[in-house]
Amino acid sequence: MSVSSRLSRGGTIQRGEGLRLADRSDRLGALMAAPALLYVLVLVGIPFILALILAVSESTAGSLSFQFVGLRNFARVVGDPIFRRALRNTLVFTLISQGIVMVLATTLARILNTPFRGRRLVRFLILMPWVAPVALSSMAWVWIFDSTFSVINWTLRAVGLLGPREWLYWFGDPTLASIAIVTVHVWRMLPFSTVVLLAGLSSLPREVQEAAVVDGAGFFRRLLHVELPLLLPVLTVAVLFGMVFTATDLGVVYLLTRGGPYNTTHVLASYAFQQGVLGADLGQGAAIAVFLFPVLVLVAIGMLRVARGTEVGH
Amino acid sequence: MAVAVVAARQRARRRPGIARVVGRVLLYVLVLAFTLFAVMPFYWMFLTAFKQNRDLYVGATVADHIPWIFNLPPTLEHVRLLFQGTPYLQWLGNTFLVGAVVVVITLITAVPAGYSLARLVGRWGQRLGIAIFLTYLVPPTLLFIPFARLVSVLGLQNSLWALILIYPTFTIPFGTWLTMGFFRSIPRELEEQAMIDGQSRLGAILRVVLPLSVPGILTVTGFAFTLVLQEFVYALTFISSVGKMTVSLGVPVALVRGDVYYWGSLMAACLITSLPLALIYNLFLDRFIVGFTAGAVKG
Repeated sequence: MSVSSRLSRGGTIQRGEGLRLADRSDRLGALMAAPALLYVLVLVGIPFILALILAVSESTAGSLSFQFVGLRNFARVVGDPIFRRALRNTLVFTLISQGIVMVLATTLARILNTPFRGRRLVRFLILMPWVAPVALSSMAWVWIFDSTFSVINWTLRAVGLLGPREWLYWFGDPTLASIAIVTVHVWRMLPFSTVVLLAGLSSLPREVQEAAVVDGAGFFRRLLHVELPLLLPVLTVAVLFGMVFTATDLGVVYLLTRGGPYNTTHVLASYAFQQGVLGADLGQGAAIAVFLFPVLVLVAIGMLRVARGTEVGH
Repeated sequence: MAVAVVAARQRARRRPGIARVVGRVLLYVLVLAFTLFAVMPFYWMFLTAFKQNRDLYVGATVADHIPWIFNLPPTLEHVRLLFQGTPYLQWLGNTFLVGAVVVVITLITAVPAGYSLARLVGRWGQRLGIAIFLTYLVPPTLLFIPFARLVSVLGLQNSLWALILIYPTFTIPFGTWLTMGFFRSIPRELEEQAMIDGQSRLGAILRVVLPLSVPGILTVTGFAFTLVLQEFVYALTFISSVGKMTVSLGVPVALVRGDVYYWGSLMAACLITSLPLALIYNLFLDRFIVGFTAGAVKG
């Protein structure tokens, strides 16, 4: 088809009935965006509201009826010591592991930002914990922390940190089990935060750094007054995503400890699963899971502020 | 100014040799420490997968049996058992089936949406884009309870269709966000030129933009598939029979005999699943980072 024939065809249509659909960018835009938006709206939006409804109704997986029971599920949940422990664990695991991750990730990102031999290989290896399916790598950790065959215990004893009569039962003691869970979270989230920070570091304008050097600013002054403020948006993204991924994770706790010993290491997600799915009490499960909501709201606000900040900056 | 920069650089270069060597050594020590921490569980998978049982199941209290090395010749027995004596291949098949359908659903919804939000709907595009990306943050652990209800209403319990229906809820937001950024990086002038040459907007998209966005589409495919392969919570909630499990569910949940895990085969499965995934992921890593940091990093 030649260019001229197309032109004339387009021209007649324009004269005849205004713009065709294929040329109306607003209509076409709405049409093209609709399937994705609808899918998400129907299958995220509605279940989300359903989660809130379930939390205030009596409902089991088998029956289809809702019976409004007000805040009874919440009252039951809040009076439940296992739930209170799960709520505390969620906060403690998330804050501690994210704190450690941030310190390690800023160090690691700075290292990976300096050129050295084998940097690409190191980046690939360091990324692996994030890529491997979490359910599978958690099993590797279960095996590493095994009460009889723990390679960690063997090594600690070999270097003399564990005496001949001492032994660590990693999943048999609430503190040790918590340490194990936090370790796995740190291990898994470190690569993510590192690559996000690395993207920020490598986009820092060189001139700013150089100007600071010329002005005689030392390493720590540069870090505190030049780099950190510039890195703040990226740092926020890393922390916010890290918090969501850690606080809402079910796989690590479920596979490592199943909430044990004696329900001391449950987090909101694992306890909601136990009550809502295994115990078939959807109402109570939903009431527990809904406590994850405030975390999400905080994160959403944080993300929007970051997005707004850069929009203005442009 | 330029002179001052050069002078400062020279001062830095003239730092005493010892300080530089110490700095370099410290760098490599840290690199080594971080790498060992990251890789250790994978090394442990590798050892376990190929060790003979007599070498594997030696209590950690036995001080003179070093668990970090092969004390007996390695064996392929666990890998053979994994492929011939367990449903691992079937789980792989299930995963690929679910993955393929989810990828198709994701591509036909997210790619047009990404283009539309990047180009067609104007000021609202950016906001809708952020909104749709935020739904990626709504975690499975908040949604699995209402989904349990939905799945039982639809009669999809213990069916791969439940996963096919639900997985796009996280692949579509992520895919839309990624393609949005991708389409932004294609110069507008190319489409405008095609439209001046007589193409309709749709024609310009199909003939000019789409061929240029093949890398973006491949990236979305890669990530959608990775996310499906990594997913655990929904599979755990909805799939109960061993024959219908995906890899991420079957390996940790069903490679058990009574209370005893087949550690050799289990670790072999973890290693065989994780390694190719890591290689694929590495190809798309840069796009992935751009996706997460878009808005926070000024290009």
